[in-house]
Amino acid sequence: MYYIDPHIHMVSRVTDDYETLAKMGCVAVSEPAFWAGFDRGTVDGFRDYFHQLTEFEPKRAGWYRVQHYTWLCINAKEAENVKLSREVIAMIPEYLDRPGVLGIGEIGLNKNTKNEAIIFLEHLDLAAKTDEQILIHTPHLEDKYQGTRMILDMLCDDRRLDHSRVLVDHVEEHTVRPVLDEGFWAGMTLYPTTKCTPERAVDMVETYGPERLLVNSAGDWGPSKPTAVPDFILAMRLRGHPESLIRQVVYENPLKFFSQSRNFDFTPPEVLESEVR
Amino acid sequence: MTIPLTANEVLDREFLDVRSKLLLVAASLDRLDRAEGNVERDPRRRGLAEALDILSDGKEDRAERIQMLFSRQYDADWKQSLDMPRSGAPPR
Ligand SMILES: [Zn+2]
Repeated sequence: MYYIDPHIHMVSRVTDDYETLAKMGCVAVSEPAFWAGFDRGTVDGFRDYFHQLTEFEPKRAGWYRVQHYTWLCINAKEAENVKLSREVIAMIPEYLDRPGVLGIGEIGLNKNTKNEAIIFLEHLDLAAKTDEQILIHTPHLEDKYQGTRMILDMLCDDRRLDHSRVLVDHVEEHTVRPVLDEGFWAGMTLYPTTKCTPERAVDMVETYGPERLLVNSAGDWGPSKPTAVPDFILAMRLRGHPESLIRQVVYENPLKFFSQSRNFDFTPPEVLESEVR
Repeated sequence: MTIPLTANEVLDREFLDVRSKLLLVAASLDRLDRAEGNVERDPRRRGLAEALDILSDGKEDRAERIQMLFSRQYDADWKQSLDMPRSGAPPR
């Protein structure tokens, strides 16, 4: 089955991973900007990162006919540096018209601090002014519930935002309902340690239905599994769900959400196949 | 949306898995008891005990309730608590 991984940090993965993803049916990935494992010191560090995300990474993905899209921001961890964050936010528009840039992300909260919230709001302001879609990271473990509620408060306060153009990621059993109830998209992240398992993701599809639900691996430089979406596909099958429902969650839903971005230019795999022939 | 499997089928598929996870929990608790020191007052230890109560109370939404048990409480007045700038006009 063809699928799309809507949240994966391929700059942290090796080229072999692209090959494996392609073999498993992955036809597109979207890569939000995130924390590199260390705090970058300058706005030029981010400029280079955005260059990598918009130039080299799509090329590397293309070697395996995986279509690569990206989201730009300064992440919540580095948002503690308010001065640098404002410099990065001022620089982002240089890259917003590049091919494959789907919007602002992954912004969000990490420890639910004041500086994180201030920089989150300033990203929302940028997204509203530039009419960009938004991809949001929610905190982990004991901070997830409070952080998700804070994020929803800030999103709902801003009347300029169209909720159907915002994806709130890393939802779990206690946060998925408030996200969907407000009309946002919700992403379930399958992660070996801190987040959700394929079986629990299937439970959430059964509980809330497939509308506005996405599944991703959030594969990155830490312990993570870039092939987690195929795990979800198999778990859905073994539970007896029809292929059409699985395809809706792992392929049609991401397409529907991404299509709302002006820089989303996607060639369906069927068309790619006919080009090869 | 309902689950396509019957209760019997779910049990057939998951019995051994759940059994082994229960043993994992049981062995961890035994290990805690055997180890030097006392963590009875540690909120994490109390959280584990409360989670076990949730598992056996026979009510639904166990996963969601255990998630909430291990979550910080939502402070609806967080904007005041953090002394956030007035919303609407982000500071520049
Ligand atoms: Zn991420």
